[in-house]
Amino acid sequence: MEAALGSISRHRLFWPFLTLALLLAANAIFNPGFWQLQWRDGHLYGNVIDILNRAAPLALVALGMTLVIATRGIDISVGAVVAIAAAVAALMIGGELVVKNGVQTQVSRFPMGLAIVAALAVAALCGLWNGLLVAKVGMQPIIATLILMVAGRGVAQLLTGGQIITVYYAPYFFLGNGFLFGLPFAVFIAAAVWGLLHLLMTRTALGLFIQSIGINPAAARVAGLHERLITVCVYVFCGFAAGVAGLVISSNVKSADGNNAGMLMELDAILAVTLGGTALTGGRFSLAGSVLGALIIQTLTSTIYSIGVPPEINMVVKAAVVFVVMLLQSAEFRAALRALVVRPAAGGAP
Amino acid sequence: MRRIDPRFVPLLGTIAVFALTAGYGSVAYTGFFSAQVFLNLLIDNAFLCIVGVGMTFVILSGGIDLSVGSVIALTTMVSAELVEHRHWSAAQAIPLVLAIGTAFGALMGWLIQRFRLQPFIVTLAGMFLARGLCYLISIDSISITDATYTAIAQARVPVPGTGASITVGAIVALSTLAVGIWLAQVTEFGRTVYAIGGNEASAVLMGLPVPRTTVLVYTFSGFCSALAGVVFTFYMLSGYGLHAVGMELDAIAAVVIGGTLLSGGVGFVAGTLFGVLILGIIQTLIAFDGSLSSWWTRIVIGALLFVFCLLQRAFEARRR
Repeated sequence: MEAALGSISRHRLFWPFLTLALLLAANAIFNPGFWQLQWRDGHLYGNVIDILNRAAPLALVALGMTLVIATRGIDISVGAVVAIAAAVAALMIGGELVVKNGVQTQVSRFPMGLAIVAALAVAALCGLWNGLLVAKVGMQPIIATLILMVAGRGVAQLLTGGQIITVYYAPYFFLGNGFLFGLPFAVFIAAAVWGLLHLLMTRTALGLFIQSIGINPAAARVAGLHERLITVCVYVFCGFAAGVAGLVISSNVKSADGNNAGMLMELDAILAVTLGGTALTGGRFSLAGSVLGALIIQTLTSTIYSIGVPPEINMVVKAAVVFVVMLLQSAEFRAALRALVVRPAAGGAP
Repeated sequence: MRRIDPRFVPLLGTIAVFALTAGYGSVAYTGFFSAQVFLNLLIDNAFLCIVGVGMTFVILSGGIDLSVGSVIALTTMVSAELVEHRHWSAAQAIPLVLAIGTAFGALMGWLIQRFRLQPFIVTLAGMFLARGLCYLISIDSISITDATYTAIAQARVPVPGTGASITVGAIVALSTLAVGIWLAQVTEFGRTVYAIGGNEASAVLMGLPVPRTTVLVYTFSGFCSALAGVVFTFYMLSGYGLHAVGMELDAIAAVVIGGTLLSGGVGFVAGTLFGVLILGIIQTLIAFDGSLSSWWTRIVIGALLFVFCLLQRAFEARRR
């Protein structure tokens, strides 16, 4: 029994899972209607569905960030990339109401498919830029992506002309507001990206390659890995994932705001990855953990709103969570803690 | 001819860029070349200069401090709350906020040093914490009407021989810069910071007080942030949780453009002054031009950061 418990608690996803479970339990206590689901107009409604829907963009960004962090990198430009992708999509779709043959129809400036592809291509290009700076030029990841973080928001504002661009093309709203089989469509997007990534990481050697780069880049190179190519690809994917998140967010709010879209998203994504048990020092990573991390953050935010605590406390709580998690990840802290627990016990025994 | 010490090359490059930009502005725009325009660079960026001095030490030691902007916001918020709502005098409030910022930096430094945590993530959490604390005080902006604060904010000190004047904030900035240069070049603390940034393991083997210095570096950065917060309070005459958003990135950019290598161990505090001035002069140029929108500032700063990082890489590659 004890051995079984021990092996469960040693599982990598144990702590993130426990955190999420405790949060959900706390919600159920404070808000009896928390788990209630309603079937209305062919959709499921409820707090849990809401959390899933809102966590989807963060989970997407966190998935990309997980791979970057696994290669010992960091990408702090994701928030700016979210804003750029949203701006490109909103600009290209725009949309207006026109009367055609006596019927009011909404027309987009470019076909929606083209706009989405263009937005994702721009996002991937942002990732390529980061990847080249890190892998080819050899800049520290935090600085390489800092450049895009600073300039990217300027580019997004340039695209939107400093204004909030509103989209008037109903089909586009499906990405962030639509429902499929009763569940929000955004959840399916996040799940699809996660599923594909999971297959790619477990069914091919790519996951192993990324891990080995994170553990020792020099050794990985000597072992014959195309270390630089893989690193570039990881950053491209991170940009792409941020682009998808940007589409979902802009579709959800039916507009693009170059100034505020994806603001501080990089921090939430890093927090989600850390909560999910991926160490910031690179190496072993967990995609499922990062998704759990994103769910934890969103549940935490919803909890804070629903139990009537002023939302301003949100940031303090997040800070406290980061401090606790990083201390628990530190070997030195665990050693200090163990010494504290063991010493009185040892002293007590004659 | 004696060759220039390679240590000075990045600094000289920065000064050259500043001189070129200033020269371009003077030729292209009438009224640009005046003592007051250049002194305004210092006045409008006094807080950035102060934060930059602290950040220079952190980066020289091979670390990073992302909490500086939010510590500025927290300082303005606490000052405004104490002065406006609790009716403290400026002489009571300022020492307290300086102590808070210093303690905040010391706590982060201790966590980084004692538990071998990454500076990036610790100061990121510190950033969240300080901004969150601002909102706990108030989510709205608190404007300051206290007589002492407004008097200091409006005080002008004439600069002899130019007919121009500077503010108290700019004088504080220059004093901080002087102290920073003295700390880095003359004291044992400064030499230890350079040694840690060069190679921490070697610094430990040399018997240098590495743990103490690491904590002190973040403590000093925390103090500088709080001092910048005080100057910012004078500048804005209000406390607000959204003050100085993104200031940490401007500070890092100023340090990098100032010629300090991000890998640590190489750079000068004086370079940071020129980094700050370059950021300031870009904003002034864009303001003088009038036809360019404000977001061009961010794009140009990003481009400049890119160029300087590339130069740093080339410089490091040549050294090896």
